[in-house]
Amino acid sequence: MALILAVLLLPFSHSAAHAQFRVEVTGVGLTQLPLAVVPFKGEDSAPQKVSAILLADLERSGQFRAIDGKQAIMDESSSPDFTQWRQRNADALVAGSLTRLADGRYDIRARLWDVVGGQLRVEYKEVVTAADLRLSAHRLADQIYEKLTGDKGVFATRIAYVTKTAARYTLWVADSDGEGAQAALASPEPIISPSWSPKGSHLAYVSFESKKPVIYTHELASGKRQVAANFRGSNSAPTWSPDGRSLVATLSRDGGSQLFQINVEGGEPRRLTQSNAIDTEPTFSPDGSQLYFVSDRGGSPQIYKMPLFGGGPERVTFAGTYNISPTISPDGRWMAYVSRIGGQFKLQMMDLSSGQTSTISETSADEKPSFAPNSKLVVYATQVQGREALMTTTLDGKIKARLAGQSGDIREPDWGPFRH
Amino acid sequence: MLIRSFSVAVLIAVLAACSSGVKLNDVPVEDKSANAVSNVANASVIGTGSAAGLNSVAGVITAKPAVAAVGPAGGNTVFFDYDSFTLKPEARAVIEKNAQFLQANKQNKAMLEGHTDERGGREYNLALGQKRAESVRRAMTLLGVNDSQIEAVSFGKEKPAASGMDESALAKNRRVEIKY
Repeated sequence: MALILAVLLLPFSHSAAHAQFRVEVTGVGLTQLPLAVVPFKGEDSAPQKVSAILLADLERSGQFRAIDGKQAIMDESSSPDFTQWRQRNADALVAGSLTRLADGRYDIRARLWDVVGGQLRVEYKEVVTAADLRLSAHRLADQIYEKLTGDKGVFATRIAYVTKTAARYTLWVADSDGEGAQAALASPEPIISPSWSPKGSHLAYVSFESKKPVIYTHELASGKRQVAANFRGSNSAPTWSPDGRSLVATLSRDGGSQLFQINVEGGEPRRLTQSNAIDTEPTFSPDGSQLYFVSDRGGSPQIYKMPLFGGGPERVTFAGTYNISPTISPDGRWMAYVSRIGGQFKLQMMDLSSGQTSTISETSADEKPSFAPNSKLVVYATQVQGREALMTTTLDGKIKARLAGQSGDIREPDWGPFRH
Repeated sequence: MLIRSFSVAVLIAVLAACSSGVKLNDVPVEDKSANAVSNVANASVIGTGSAAGLNSVAGVITAKPAVAAVGPAGGNTVFFDYDSFTLKPEARAVIEKNAQFLQANKQNKAMLEGHTDERGGREYNLALGQKRAESVRRAMTLLGVNDSQIEAVSFGKEKPAASGMDESALAKNRRVEIKY
């Protein structure tokens, strides 16, 4: 009984109100491109409003300002009246259509035009199942974003997070806009510190389901789980090495909380730190050569870095007496972390080349930042009006959007990798 | 017969899930099979349906943990000052009672669960709670308890004993619970 598990084929998707992204954009970027999106022909009778999903994506990025296109009637095959769109101050225009095919799938077509130059810039065509309509909308948003900004879009990526309602903890995997959430794990005991594998197929996390912190790896498509670390004492703070072959995590099996490298295939953990202090919250530099972590070896929790092979730790943060939860942008330029400043916990952004740091939130209980894979946005947990909330922000803190938690608490976000 | 008993177990898990607020019963069961094997005990895999998209996630529900056994009378909680893992004088009686109990009952084992108040990061608090649990473990070992009978673990700030951010609630949360 213990090792064999029954399987129910049961769609476990979740669309209840408490996981809806509400784009509450605060602040204004200096160079937002004015963009009009015309409602797609045929989407009123489709299960997803593709044009609304892609417009919300683009607005959340902070790079675009929406120009009202709701009154226009056109699709991708129309010839746009560029003069009219220029008069409305739109620089770019998107129109498209959804057609339900005989087999139930949808044919999505869309075009992006440069209104200023009167040119076609993106031609999009995809046939998907109803379940993948949201994904297709995000892919279209990615193509538009990349064409207009030159950077790769992250809208078709996923975010993991944890909710707590009454006595139930649930680990969710959602689209980058927080919608379409699916439960990966539900437990009466806490779940913390989800961490995406580099390929996006697995999550590692800490579950207290056996009344102590144990690290699991979890293959999302199958639900197959493996115990990655269940040593005597506490096992926590897992992070994947960039090659996906090992985890670095905090184990207390030798007494204090110290960092160990654990092969995903099993075997004896390799101890990485040797201190009498707390060493925890490891995270890799994108090239895998350095490990950033939190240690109170100097008397208060500060962020350090050390080479993975050979060489001692070097202190990275110096201001204040409480600097935790470091994460390095995939382009290696930035470190997001949390500082206690005057009794408040504030999201910080450090330019790693200059060491210059700025506070990029107005909230006071910020936790666990995680970069989008294109290094342009950060998702983090915080509290808004006494409720736990997830926010995304641009790196300068100017454009924020909220993933609203209407029934229960929401925390521990981790932004997944690009999909291949 | 074997398959049937699994199905019953899963139904219980699903029913348990339904009772705590997450709607897992709003879609009909489409199929049952026992073809996915996980090496994690006491968890149920909820597969994805035929309408699954490219992003489909197979949900898992963990089982309820076993009910804790009973320890000695006279308390099982030790409290700490803010940002401290030093044992206070009033902790002595609780630790001694539990140490005597463990020495008299060599077959019993105890988890020493460290907890913190709700301020600060989850993982750093987990490490702080671990330090508190280790303090109690060392004290019990000094009192003669066999180290194999006790395990120091931490829940960090995940299981507060009292809610609220006033000092009396925060003080109740900075603790080690001795659980059998």
